[in-house]
Amino acid sequence: MPRYFTDEHEWIDVEGDSATIGITEYAQDQLGDIVFVELPTVGDEVEKGKEAAVVESVKAASDVYAPISGEVTEINAALEDEPGLVNSSPEDDGWFFRANVADKGELEGLMDEDAYKEFLANL
Amino acid sequence: MSDDDTPEEQPLGTLPLDAWHRGHGARMVPFAGYEMPIQYAGEHGGIVAEHEWTRQSASLFDVSHMGQLSISGENAAAELEKLVPGAVTSLGEGRMRYSLLLTEAGGIIDDLMITNAGAHIALVVNGAVKWDDIAHLREHLPDEITLTHYEDQALLALQGPKAAEVLDALVPGAGELTFMRARSFDWDGTPLWIARAGYTGEDGFEISVHADHAEKLADALTADDRVKPAGLGARDSLRLEAGLPLYGHDLTTEIDPVSAGLGFALSKKRRETGGWMGHQACAVKLGDGCASTRVGLLVEGRMPAREGAPVYAGDELVGKVTSGGFSPTLQRPIAMAYVGAEYAAEGAALEIEVRNKRLPAKVSPMPFVPHRYYRGS
Repeated sequence: MPRYFTDEHEWIDVEGDSATIGITEYAQDQLGDIVFVELPTVGDEVEKGKEAAVVESVKAASDVYAPISGEVTEINAALEDEPGLVNSSPEDDGWFFRANVADKGELEGLMDEDAYKEFLANL
Repeated sequence: MSDDDTPEEQPLGTLPLDAWHRGHGARMVPFAGYEMPIQYAGEHGGIVAEHEWTRQSASLFDVSHMGQLSISGENAAAELEKLVPGAVTSLGEGRMRYSLLLTEAGGIIDDLMITNAGAHIALVVNGAVKWDDIAHLREHLPDEITLTHYEDQALLALQGPKAAEVLDALVPGAGELTFMRARSFDWDGTPLWIARAGYTGEDGFEISVHADHAEKLADALTADDRVKPAGLGARDSLRLEAGLPLYGHDLTTEIDPVSAGLGFALSKKRRETGGWMGHQACAVKLGDGCASTRVGLLVEGRMPAREGAPVYAGDELVGKVTSGGFSPTLQRPIAMAYVGAEYAAEGAALEIEVRNKRLPAKVSPMPFVPHRYYRGS
């Protein structure tokens, strides 16, 4: 299952027509202690590059953008009671939502893991 | 992902402990014209961990961005009194007072600490507006009054319930100071000016030390296991819980002390005698009341309400949040807001709008977390 990354520090796993989306280890480290995650609602249409969720750290609110367009099929309900999962397990248990992938062509231009590592190294 | 806070593009100054912070894994951000630590890395780092450590042990904050000033000369106290609503001439040696610089219209130019330091009157003002404060003071104080800016002094705050035992072990006698008292100390040949005050709601100290000795002092304090460094992030969440307003956010030149709930800073006698800049405007507010006033808000749920969020009573827009965030101690969002006076009663049910959602909030007395100042045994 390939994992792609955005330059806004979201990750996306694509399996068939379904994509799982979250924020990266780097992103959670930059944000610090996350106290609240505002997720989209199942059935919402998210649009590539547009706000899809909001993470609230103690310090500030930050937008999370959809790496791809599609309809939200599932949200990570565990984040409601335990937003700290985004800090402790950002690229696994701390996933944000799943969406149907409308156009796989939108994956073009996203980074693979090696490219994202290189991107981070140059920040 | 993008941060809502966009740092201002301007040349930034560095503070005496810059390298020390970086060596301790600080994340540096622009603040008040300087690069400053917002939080530290490592097991004990992060805003929440630093916040909690301050509430249970002791934290070291670098507040060297603040302006350390003094005024001296004949009648210095009487001359300063013309610019602040607090009594200065009656301030005993070694005593401190919270006060305000005001415009003629009663707007708050800055809030500050005034100390009778014996030979002079010491002032500590906010870093972000210190140059404006200096210009204001210089403009309105007579030429015979000397105004000094101690740019080569660092200012370290040691805050928390264990601050006194830690500092007293290092600087014997410091623990005998009580809240809002200050004096000079000699630390193995290094002169220190120590005040028992702070901005966290906890017991603690602010220590002025020459920049050349700041690292040595920071090392000595953090050599004690009870002390860990803490950054601006924790400083902000701590002061919010303590109900202490932040200049530039909760206090501005558009806001007067009466609306800000800082009536305690208007000395009773001087409310009557006047003779200070802004007195007439404040007297009107004291007599007629204020259209809006600063309140604390306990927000329901977990979504924080931030600065700028509108406050509603039903459909009516009644105010605006000026500071808000998540309280690590209370494990819920809290905020300060200015709301119409008729909505400011304790327990009043209001709503804050955040991203098109209405968050229920109740007017709450401040501090949100009780102060634990040391006023003597």
